[in-house]
Amino acid sequence: MATSTPAPKVNHIGLPVLEYRGGKSTLCAGCGHNAISERIIDAMYEMGVEPERVMKMSGIGCSSKSPAYFMSRSHSFNSVHGRMPSVSTGAILANHTMTMLGVSGDGDTASIGMGQFVHLLRRNLPMIYIIEDNGVYGLTKGQFSATADIGSKLKTGIVNDLPAIDTCSLAIQLGATFVGRSFSGDKKQLLAMLKAAIAHKGTVMLDVISPCVTFNDHEGSTKSYKFMQEHDEPINELGFVASFEDIHVDYDPGTTYDVEMHDGSSLRLRKLREDYDPTDKIKAVQLLMDSHAKGEVLTGVFYIDTQKSSFTDLLNLVDEPLGQQPESVTRPSKAVLDQLMTSLQ
Amino acid sequence: MATGDLVLGQEQGQSSAQQRVVNDFSINVATVNGSGSQSANSVLLKSIFGMGVPVSGKNLFPSNIAGLPTWYTIRASKDGYVARKRVSEVLVAMNPETAKSDILALPAGAVAIYDESLNLKQYRDDVVCYPVPFDKITAAVCPEAKLRKLVRNMVYVGVVAQLLSLDLTVIEQSVKKQFAKKQKVFDLNYGAVKAGFDFAQEKLVKQDPYAIEHMNQTAGKIIIDGNAACGMGAVFAGVTVVAWYPITPSTSLIEATSDLLKKFRVTPEGKATFAVIQAEDELAAVGMVLGAGWAGARSMTSTSGPGISLMAEFAGLGYFAEIPGVIFDVQRTGPSTGMPTRTSQADLLSTAFLSHGDTKHIILLPGSVKECFELSHDAFDLAERIQTPIFVLTDLDLGMNNWMSEQFDYPETPLDRGKILTAEDLNKLGSFARYKDVDGDAIGWRTLPGTRHNKAAYFTRGSGHNESAGYTEKPEEYLAVMDRLSRKFENARKLVPAPILERNVGSKVGVIAFGTTDFALKESLDEIKKRYNVDVDYLRIRAYPFAHEIHDFVASHERVYIVEQNRDAQLLSLLKLDLPAEQAVKLRSILHYNGLPIDALSITEEFATREGL
Repeated sequence: MATSTPAPKVNHIGLPVLEYRGGKSTLCAGCGHNAISERIIDAMYEMGVEPERVMKMSGIGCSSKSPAYFMSRSHSFNSVHGRMPSVSTGAILANHTMTMLGVSGDGDTASIGMGQFVHLLRRNLPMIYIIEDNGVYGLTKGQFSATADIGSKLKTGIVNDLPAIDTCSLAIQLGATFVGRSFSGDKKQLLAMLKAAIAHKGTVMLDVISPCVTFNDHEGSTKSYKFMQEHDEPINELGFVASFEDIHVDYDPGTTYDVEMHDGSSLRLRKLREDYDPTDKIKAVQLLMDSHAKGEVLTGVFYIDTQKSSFTDLLNLVDEPLGQQPESVTRPSKAVLDQLMTSLQ
Repeated sequence: MATGDLVLGQEQGQSSAQQRVVNDFSINVATVNGSGSQSANSVLLKSIFGMGVPVSGKNLFPSNIAGLPTWYTIRASKDGYVARKRVSEVLVAMNPETAKSDILALPAGAVAIYDESLNLKQYRDDVVCYPVPFDKITAAVCPEAKLRKLVRNMVYVGVVAQLLSLDLTVIEQSVKKQFAKKQKVFDLNYGAVKAGFDFAQEKLVKQDPYAIEHMNQTAGKIIIDGNAACGMGAVFAGVTVVAWYPITPSTSLIEATSDLLKKFRVTPEGKATFAVIQAEDELAAVGMVLGAGWAGARSMTSTSGPGISLMAEFAGLGYFAEIPGVIFDVQRTGPSTGMPTRTSQADLLSTAFLSHGDTKHIILLPGSVKECFELSHDAFDLAERIQTPIFVLTDLDLGMNNWMSEQFDYPETPLDRGKILTAEDLNKLGSFARYKDVDGDAIGWRTLPGTRHNKAAYFTRGSGHNESAGYTEKPEEYLAVMDRLSRKFENARKLVPAPILERNVGSKVGVIAFGTTDFALKESLDEIKKRYNVDVDYLRIRAYPFAHEIHDFVASHERVYIVEQNRDAQLLSLLKLDLPAEQAVKLRSILHYNGLPIDALSITEEFATREGL
């Protein structure tokens, strides 16, 4: 259920979509990650986000290379393997007025980066955290990651006999305030989700299944295009109405659920399942576990909390970025030093 | 009972009393940790300081919360020596577990104050013994049984004060300051001091030669520990983001920083102009530092050896992507967990080259609490000027012990925020290349995220990049960046704190040291001169990479002893890498690495043996 009018030549801050593009992708042709980059460009463009006000973060891996392929006008930090959360935390502390979008992978997040990932969730750090999830290590030529489903098979015939880590359940339990899963090939759903994510303040954790065309798109893989098309079961159809767009009138209020976002815009979930309440943590986790048991990949926004304070709110920071405080603010006066010296005598 | 025990001491005391030892001895207080002796020891230290006598205090504590042996040594020195002494002359034995070994460690003619039930006299007939019924005295002044363990410590303060003729009015002031505005607590504690004092006055006969007398050597001076001084330096450098993970002995550096920030960096509206984050580990702490430094904040972390090891990967990123940040390492002994509450200077070499690949780092090496303040302040300027992580290496001895110092001077220069291009600059320039050496100093210009200009953004990465910050695998582009980084490091020799020629007598033999070794070395060089009539030049290093003066110093001496507190001669090794071969062969090592702070006598003896004095 699309809510936007056809894309204008420029967005509401007067920029054409071209200004949201990045460098040429060096990922494999057909890689799901490229499709996600495209959706990020569309979402940022449609939301009229000023590119200079965005920080793009990443760790290491195929996914983490992708910030080079969108929004060249935004500062970007491709950090070290599994450590995007800490670098992002520091960056947002230095300038909490920025929008921050991070792209990680399943290995970068759920294996080497698990320690920092869970603490980022716990802090509800204001950022959009995207996992481009293909269940496989691409850059090192196709080893299983910790999100690979049990029983899935590598090209080499090796079968994964360990359970997958469900990053969505984890995120819901640990304190992220906007948790969803989508599929790189689902343009409409992913775009709506990303646009809502931009409006959210707090940790947005999006697990985007993104099949690896080279190492994990074959018979036996549970993260292949074919598997996803057969098993993808959306729990809700999304519509996102940004505050500056015309409010879309829905004719069937009995089947929708509106969530008011931080900037006054709203996210409309069209329920395909009865009584799905995205504000109920326990039900959300149960739903994820149930569908997992049934072998389904649920997509949609599972959990939203627009009330919880973000990490930077809790720190009670001044409005101006910490990194740009003038010396008159950051260096105490000589009188203060004199006072300290006297007290130490 | 007391007098009976003193008979033998009396005879000894007669002779030693003739040669009174004034303001030149150490008091060793043996307690168990968790018994609350810190306040008592602090009162003793500050009272001696308050009487104008140069003094230093060292806490030798276990890696444990409660119940294990702890020793606090207070050294009074009319000559101003503040290093550890190998032996103490006055023992206050409050720990039954170690009392026997404590008294056995005393030199002949020393003093032992102990609880009468310990009956330590049986072990030494050449030590002046003062048994004290601590429980009885404590019970009389402290009706509340559960407080007696604490108050007992104040009783020994009174006993020591009387025996060593400390000024009771100065002690009263110290107790007052210690317990700030809590009148009831003061009354209780000072009452205990007084009870101890009165007991000693009435029941003990002075048998030993040791005494404290008023001097005027501490006027205007302060007492502070190195960690607090580093924290203060950071605050006056305008630090805004602090990320850390608890580790001994660095934790109190962050606590001091945090306390000052809460006090002096909150706006009238109650908003913070800083963020202090307790991270999930040291990897995250240093990651936050680099993220914040990249986005324009003055950021820092503080750790010790194990944390430094964990920070290795990020250290390389900071070096290669050229991101400012300040990393304090309050060194403790290694390898591995080592002895967490013991001191060393053994992280120098690993920090200099922390991380894989061709990585090297700038290290600042404060040698006093005043330099902790100054160099930690300078570290932030250097980090942003040179665009690289700056390591500040202190050690447990400097960081966690109390040191007397001249007052700290307010920084004279404005903060140096380094080369940052604003949107207006970009309007004029049209564009910029992040890693281009436009000024010939090997330092590029950077922009901060959020700069409202469509050419402001660049891509920061730890992967191979060219001068425009673009990804590269081209040999010539990689070489250009690596060679520029090398030039930048070379230039830093002139930017970092210069070495200090502490002693310049034109000798053939020289010594070089850094950090806390300075305290013992200065004393030792005086001792060497006094004993052997040999005077020695001494250069104190304050930073890596080495300034050219260091090369000159080695070149102008026949032999140079490098005195340091580690097993592997780490400073010597670094110097060897830096010096031409014909200079490197001049270097000799004097090493100390048992976990205790180095002492003067050890250096003197080793030097005399090596030099055939």
